[in-house]
Amino acid sequence: MALAVLALFLATPARAGVFEPTHFTLDNGLEVVVVSDHRAPVVTHMVWYRVGSADEPRGKSGISHFLEHLMFKGTDKLGPGEASKIIARIGGNENAFTSYDYTAYYQTVAPAKLETVMEIEADRMVNLRLTEDHVLAERDVVLEERRTRTDNSDAAKFREQVNAATYLAYPYRIPVIGWEHEIRQLNQDDAIAFYKRWYAPNNAILIVAGDVSADTVRVLAEKHYGPIPRREIAPRSRVDEPPHLAPRRLSMTSAQIGQARFARRYLAPSHGYGASEHKLALEVLTEILGGGTTSRLYRSLVFDGKLAVSAGSWYGGDDIGPSTFGFYGSPAEGKTVEDVEAAIDGEIAELLKDGVTEDEVASAIKRLTRSAIFARDSVTAPARIIGAALASGLTIEEIESWPERVATVTVDDVLAAARAVLKPERSVTSILLPEGAK
Amino acid sequence: MSRWGFVGAALVAMVVWAPIVGAFEITKVTSPGGIKAWLVEDHKNPIITLRMTFLGGSSADPAGKKGLAYLASGLLDEGAGTLDSTAFQKALAEESISLSFDANTDSFSGGLTTLTETSEQAFNLLRLALTEARFDAEPMERIRGQILAGLRSRKENPNRIAGRVWWKAAFPDHPYGKPKRGTPESLASITPADLKGFTKRVFARDNLFIGVVGDITPDRLGAVLDEVFGALPETSSMPEIPDVEVDFSGDMMIVERPVPQSVVVFGHRGIAREDPDWYTATLLFEVLAGGFGSRLTEEIREKRGLTYGISAYPLPLDHSALIVGGVSTVNDRVAETIDLLKSIWARFGAEGPTDKEIRDAKDYVNGSYNLRFSNSGAIAGVLTGIQRQDLGVDYIERRPAIIEAITAEDLKRVAKRLFRAEDLTFVVVGQPTGVTATRTAPDPEG
Repeated sequence: MALAVLALFLATPARAGVFEPTHFTLDNGLEVVVVSDHRAPVVTHMVWYRVGSADEPRGKSGISHFLEHLMFKGTDKLGPGEASKIIARIGGNENAFTSYDYTAYYQTVAPAKLETVMEIEADRMVNLRLTEDHVLAERDVVLEERRTRTDNSDAAKFREQVNAATYLAYPYRIPVIGWEHEIRQLNQDDAIAFYKRWYAPNNAILIVAGDVSADTVRVLAEKHYGPIPRREIAPRSRVDEPPHLAPRRLSMTSAQIGQARFARRYLAPSHGYGASEHKLALEVLTEILGGGTTSRLYRSLVFDGKLAVSAGSWYGGDDIGPSTFGFYGSPAEGKTVEDVEAAIDGEIAELLKDGVTEDEVASAIKRLTRSAIFARDSVTAPARIIGAALASGLTIEEIESWPERVATVTVDDVLAAARAVLKPERSVTSILLPEGAK
Repeated sequence: MSRWGFVGAALVAMVVWAPIVGAFEITKVTSPGGIKAWLVEDHKNPIITLRMTFLGGSSADPAGKKGLAYLASGLLDEGAGTLDSTAFQKALAEESISLSFDANTDSFSGGLTTLTETSEQAFNLLRLALTEARFDAEPMERIRGQILAGLRSRKENPNRIAGRVWWKAAFPDHPYGKPKRGTPESLASITPADLKGFTKRVFARDNLFIGVVGDITPDRLGAVLDEVFGALPETSSMPEIPDVEVDFSGDMMIVERPVPQSVVVFGHRGIAREDPDWYTATLLFEVLAGGFGSRLTEEIREKRGLTYGISAYPLPLDHSALIVGGVSTVNDRVAETIDLLKSIWARFGAEGPTDKEIRDAKDYVNGSYNLRFSNSGAIAGVLTGIQRQDLGVDYIERRPAIIEAITAEDLKRVAKRLFRAEDLTFVVVGQPTGVTATRTAPDPEG
């Protein structure tokens, strides 16, 4: 089923006093978060497991995502696909997604139907029942999904190559959906073994957002999830990234590519890895460099320089493992990726020399903290933000205090973070070229 | 229930409906100047969201100027009034105001999201964009360059090729067959005068629908409507677009591309939104192609693992009506997938849905309707959509009964009328095995 969410929820954590969630833990270790919002008669019910593709055994890439698909194939009580039919009949929508650090399942229903989806989700937390023919048909579905997302697109295949070059050892080097040759070997035993290893109430987070009270959720959660016994779950074990000593450079030329693209990424700390004290400053830095048409890179490369049709930067600091800080640009007609690279190099050199200004930092902080208010304007967004953050090891307090903390970032912090991260030996440069182009 | 409110000199007429129990009320607001909007007032967050739709989209682009509406959508926030592009973009960014426009086939839409504290600036920027867009040379060249880069980027995307070829074959001599983003040639020919002509023709009060959600009272909205839209001309002047029937009769077109998975687009003529059988048709599509549990997904994905996703839906346009769908599968299973699809289609047309399928589809369609109201933008979008279709402010209330009243006989009759397996026309992009083209595919470019 469902989409492998390859993009993480980048730098949009929750804000202090914004979500005001209720947070408690059942006796069996299931963490529960409720965000009440009574505007529309809708509730979103999500279960997040603290396991993702970066936790897969060697040679079994794609098993976390494959299991996510197989979670719709029935339990002791319900036949394959039967839960989906029940959810449709009660007017609900459902889906699931897998990322490096987590796997999540969700349903959106009318408040009166919350108990039904809770019963279904609690059931498949422990009672998954698979049959070989369903498993094999679903493996074909996943291979088709891989073709749709990746194999049909040279740009997507190149992204996989670049990612594999970015991490020397850390499992983020492996695509969430898995390598094709490994997906082909996955079977029912692999799925069940992975399920038993990771799926348990004490390794899950329940988030309910929308038109419901915390008291109601507590009663229902005790009733349906409460009886599921806690199990011993060995902690996640991830290898460390060795030192990066040499810049890497990749390029691909393809007849399918019509527009050249340049990108450069640097291995960067995240909240859970490396020099995490730089995380907030890097969030401010990417807003200054790449936040829309008033950003430094857009102004310099697109607006003033006329070198590029697009340019910007990114940073995702909410991962458990090492993150990346990146730059990108697409050359304008008559310009080359070399022109774009030289301009981005110039911007980086200037940044490392002179840093950023007080005005730039103040303006970036204002936009970032305001984005916290906009994040409230949705039933599903708070649930997704909180779920991703908790499943990646952040705390509710860290989510809620983010606006206050980001507001303390100074020009010195930004310069220190830039100097710590933007080191050539930790970089991967990637160039995608149309056939026949220089 | 209705009431009248006076605020200073501003007379605001309001009719309040409560279409969703315990959820929200739609207020019909008419400004002192006579401009109408639907409002869902909600003061929980200090945010105001406005969505607007003008009739007249890329199908109204003049001959040789294809891409005009699309280019306009990228330029309205690139300089207006005394603000040049830099000043305008800065005014938006500094106050976290989101303003965007989009060209659709038959309409042109816009959206504004702002904090309450910055809403005065936001409404002023929207007014400037609609009434005093500058179309200066610098942003014109820059945005045109971005659109051209987008065209180059997507040129060899199999999904784009399949869609373009199918639409071109469906509408060989009609604006609907032309690409909304234009071509390098058509884009090069567009001048500032063309863009000003576009805003003059389309931005008028007689073809405008507005939905607003959030932290604003009906009284204030009344004043805002006059301020933002008051200077627009009374009447639009859109070109006459002829009605057109899709004349498909079961052809297979193949575009060879070196990809492992074939992308298939299929369909035939459809049903108009105003057709009395429209709701019956939507229920049929729920049974046939409404995701998990539907016939196409069960047979093609769940049982056989032929695809990650298959879709099919009715697509009513202002001047035509289509049924269109898509599926992707590995090259050597294209023939199997298409044969299966055709047989499911034929059988569904002949027999219609079972009683159980009807019950389930009705429960889903009625039960899930409210789920779309999950954020302000979505609610405002529904408000404009209902106005545009002229369904009435009580539509959300009435809709469940309309769905419930559909009978098994209706569904059988409409299934026979709608699903024509022999007319299904396919475009396959990839290296499919076991399928033979019956006609030459039109050139995906131009």
